[in-house]
Amino acid sequence: MGSALPVVTALREFLPERAILHEEEDTRPYECDGLTAYRQLPMVVALPETTEQVQRILKTCSALKIPVVPRGAGTGLSGGALPAGDGVLLSMAKFMRVLRIDPLARVAVVQPGVRNAVVSEVAAPFGLYYAPDPSSQIACTIGGNVSENSGGVHCLKYGLTLHNVLGMRGFTIDGEPIELGGEAPDAPGYDLLALAIGSEGMLMVVTEVTLKLLPKPKCARVIMASFDDVEKAGAAVADVIAAGIVPAGLEMMDRPATHAVEQFVHAGYDLQAAAILLCESDGTTEEVDDEIARMKAVLERAGATRMTVSLDEAERLRFWSGRKAAFPAVGRISPDYYCMDGTIPRKRLGEVLTFIAAMEQKYKLRCPNVFHAGDGNLHPLILFDANDPDQLHRTEQFAAEVLEKCIEVGGTITGEHGVGVEKINQMCVQFGAPELELFRSVKSAFDPHGLLNPGKAIPTLARCSEYGGMRVHGGKLPHAELPRF
Amino acid sequence: MIESLQERIRDAASRRTALRLRGGGSKDFYGNALRGEIIDTRGYAGVVDYEPTELVVTARCGTSLSELESLLEKNRQCLPFEPPHFGASATLGGCIAAGLSGPRRASAGALRDFVLGVKLIDGRGQALSFGGQVMKNVAGYDVSRLIAGSLGTLGLIAEVSLKLAPTPPEEITLQLEAPQARALELMNRWAGQPLPISATAWHRDDLMVRLSGAEPAVRAAAAAIGGETIDNAFWGGVREHADGFFAGDEPLWRLSLPSTSPPLELEGRQLIEWNGGLRWLKSKMPASAVREALRRVKGHATLFRAADKSAGCFAPLEPVLERLQRQLKGAFDPAGIFNPGRLLAER
Repeated sequence: MGSALPVVTALREFLPERAILHEEEDTRPYECDGLTAYRQLPMVVALPETTEQVQRILKTCSALKIPVVPRGAGTGLSGGALPAGDGVLLSMAKFMRVLRIDPLARVAVVQPGVRNAVVSEVAAPFGLYYAPDPSSQIACTIGGNVSENSGGVHCLKYGLTLHNVLGMRGFTIDGEPIELGGEAPDAPGYDLLALAIGSEGMLMVVTEVTLKLLPKPKCARVIMASFDDVEKAGAAVADVIAAGIVPAGLEMMDRPATHAVEQFVHAGYDLQAAAILLCESDGTTEEVDDEIARMKAVLERAGATRMTVSLDEAERLRFWSGRKAAFPAVGRISPDYYCMDGTIPRKRLGEVLTFIAAMEQKYKLRCPNVFHAGDGNLHPLILFDANDPDQLHRTEQFAAEVLEKCIEVGGTITGEHGVGVEKINQMCVQFGAPELELFRSVKSAFDPHGLLNPGKAIPTLARCSEYGGMRVHGGKLPHAELPRF
Repeated sequence: MIESLQERIRDAASRRTALRLRGGGSKDFYGNALRGEIIDTRGYAGVVDYEPTELVVTARCGTSLSELESLLEKNRQCLPFEPPHFGASATLGGCIAAGLSGPRRASAGALRDFVLGVKLIDGRGQALSFGGQVMKNVAGYDVSRLIAGSLGTLGLIAEVSLKLAPTPPEEITLQLEAPQARALELMNRWAGQPLPISATAWHRDDLMVRLSGAEPAVRAAAAAIGGETIDNAFWGGVREHADGFFAGDEPLWRLSLPSTSPPLELEGRQLIEWNGGLRWLKSKMPASAVREALRRVKGHATLFRAADKSAGCFAPLEPVLERLQRQLKGAFDPAGIFNPGRLLAER
C-alpha cells in the first residue's frame, strides 16, 4: 500500500486542512457503505466544497495515478462506495444545495449530495414532487441514486432514476468537464446520459443533476389485500397487470416479513395472511375511484381473503410505513441480515418463492421476503449471525444460489442496488466473456487507466474463471479469509 | 439467420468494407449521408416472446412495426412512446436505431426509456446480449439504452425487448385558440398539474390537447380545459408528418429545447409539440443561423429532412463529448464498418 504523503501534499495545495482526512480515526467512518461486511480504510478522504476543487482533485489523482472512489451518503447496499486502500475517497457530502427549482418547466437542479427526500420537500409548495423513492430516501443522496439507478416502490408507473433525470454535469477522471442531456430533449449523439446513470460511479463524477418533477397526484389510495397462499398473491399481481392497470405501487410481503414489521411500526398488517399485497392507485379523484374499484374486483377474483382500502392520507402512509421500514424491522429480529435484489419475470414469482423456501431448509436460515412485485424485483432478506462463521458462509451460498436462480428464470442479479463488490462474481454467470469485454472497453473510453471506482461492477475475466472454478468445487471457497459480502 | 448476419459482418470487418444496416428503408432520409453495402434486416423477423401480463414484448429487428403494433393492440397494449413509422415498411430494428418518439413522449417518456434489453451483433461479428426482459436491471452498464438512437452505428440490433403500457381506455382531443406565447404557458402549466394529458401541439394559433386515461378522468379534465373536440387522427398526422404543415420543399428542422423557452423568432413556420420541448421548423434559413438561435436557448437543431445536408444533420458536439462518442464507437465497431458517418461525421 502506497504512502498517503504525496497525495496529501498535492491536495493541500488547494484544499483546506478540514477537507483532507488521512488519520485512521478520521477515515474509519468511511471504511464501508451500507454493505458493512466489506470494509477497507481509504488512504485519504477528500471533502471538496466546490466543483473547482472536485476538478482539481481528479486532475491531481489522475496525474498521480491514484484511484478515486466517489461517495454520497454511503447508504448503498452493494459496496459500490467501498474505498480503495491505495486511493482517495471522494465524499460529495458537502454538495447539499438545491440550485434551482423551476415550477413551470418542472425541473429541479440539485447538487449530488442533496438527499432524495429533500427534492420532493422543496418541490411540494409548487404541487410537484420527485418520483423515485428508494426506502432509504431520507438519507440517500441524488448522486448515489444516479450512480446506482435507484428505484423505489413506485417504479412500475413512474420509472427508475434513469427515467427522471434530464441532465447531469460533472467531470471525467481527468478532470475534463462534461455535460450530458439537459432540459432540451434528445441530446445529439449517443445517449451518454443513459449510459452514465447506473454506472456505479465508474465513468464520471457527477457535480450537478437536473431532475424531472411531476405533478403531485391529487389523490392516492392503497388497497391492502391478504392472501392465504404466497403463489396466489403472485398470480394476483399478474392479474392486475392483465386487466390493463398499471398501479402506482404494487408491493408484496410474506408472513415472516409482516410479522417482523408489525412489531416495529404497527402498520396494521394482517398477520394471519400468508402474504399481503399493497396495491396503490394515484391520480385524479375520479381516476383513483375507478381504478381502486377495478383493482378490488381483480384481487377478489384472484382469491384475496381480506381487503382494506386506505380511507385517508394518514392511513395510506401507515400502510406504506411498514413496507418502507421492512429492512430496519428485520434488523431488529436478527443480529444480521443480508438483502438480495434479484429481478425476475413476474410470471416466475411462484417458482422462485418455492425455490427460496427450499433454500431456507437447505441452509437452515430464515428468509422473510419483501418484493416490488409490480416490477418483479425481489428483496429476500436472509437472517444470520455474522459472529458465527458457518452461518455467514451458509448465507453467502444461499444468496449465490438465489441470484443464479434469478438468472436461470430470465431475470437479473440486481434490480436497483447495483453490483458493486457484492455481486461481482454473479456478473460472470449473467454475462459471457464478450459482453464483459465490451463493458471494459466502455469503461476505458471514459477512464483509460481504470482509476475511477476500480474493482467494482465489472469483473475481470481472470476473476470469472476463478469463480467458475469455485462453483465447480462447491462448498469450500478458496481464500476464506477474504470478505465476500 | 443470425449466424449468416454475423458471418457477413465478420467478413466486412476483415475487408474494412462499410455496411449500411437497413430495415424497410423508411428512415433513409434521417441522419447524414448513407454509404456501404446494404444489409437488409427484414429476413430476421418475428415476435420472440410476448406475454401481456409481463408488459414486455421481445421481437427481432426485421419485424414490421405496424404488425407489431397490431398484435399489441389486440391485447389492448401499446408502445407508450408512440414511434413514428414514416412509411409502411418501417421495422422494429429501424425504429429503435432511429430512437425517435412520437406525440406521447412528453407525458409517457422517450423510446429509450422503454428499452429493456437488446441482442446486438457488434463490429467483430459477436452476438452480444445486454439488459433483459425485466423492468429493473442494473447489472453492468446500460448498453441497451445506449443503442437506442445510435442509428445502427454501434451494431446490428438483432432483437429488442420493450416495456409496454395498456392502451388508454378513453382518448379525446381538444382544440383551443391561443397565440404561441399563451399556448406555451398553458401547456407547461397544465403539465405541472395532475391532468391526464398525453399529447400537446400548437400550430397557427390553435392549441391541441389530447387526454388519455380512465373515462371519468378524461371527462373531468376535458371540462376543466374546455375547447372543442376534434378527431384523434390529428396526432397520427403530426407523428407521421402527413399533416399539411410538413408539406413543401423547405428543409424541415427538428428543434429540441427547454419546453418553457419563449417563442423562437425564426423565418418560416413552426409546429410545436411536447409542451414546447420539440418545435418543427420549415424554413430556408441558413443552417448556421438556426443552430445559433438554438444554442442561445440551450437547445439543439437537427436538420431532419432536407435535400442538402452539407451542414450536417446533427448539432456539433463539445470536443470532450465528441471524443468520448468516437471512443465508444470504436469499442463497438473497431473497424468502423457500421453506417459510417451517419451519426458522427467521418474524419
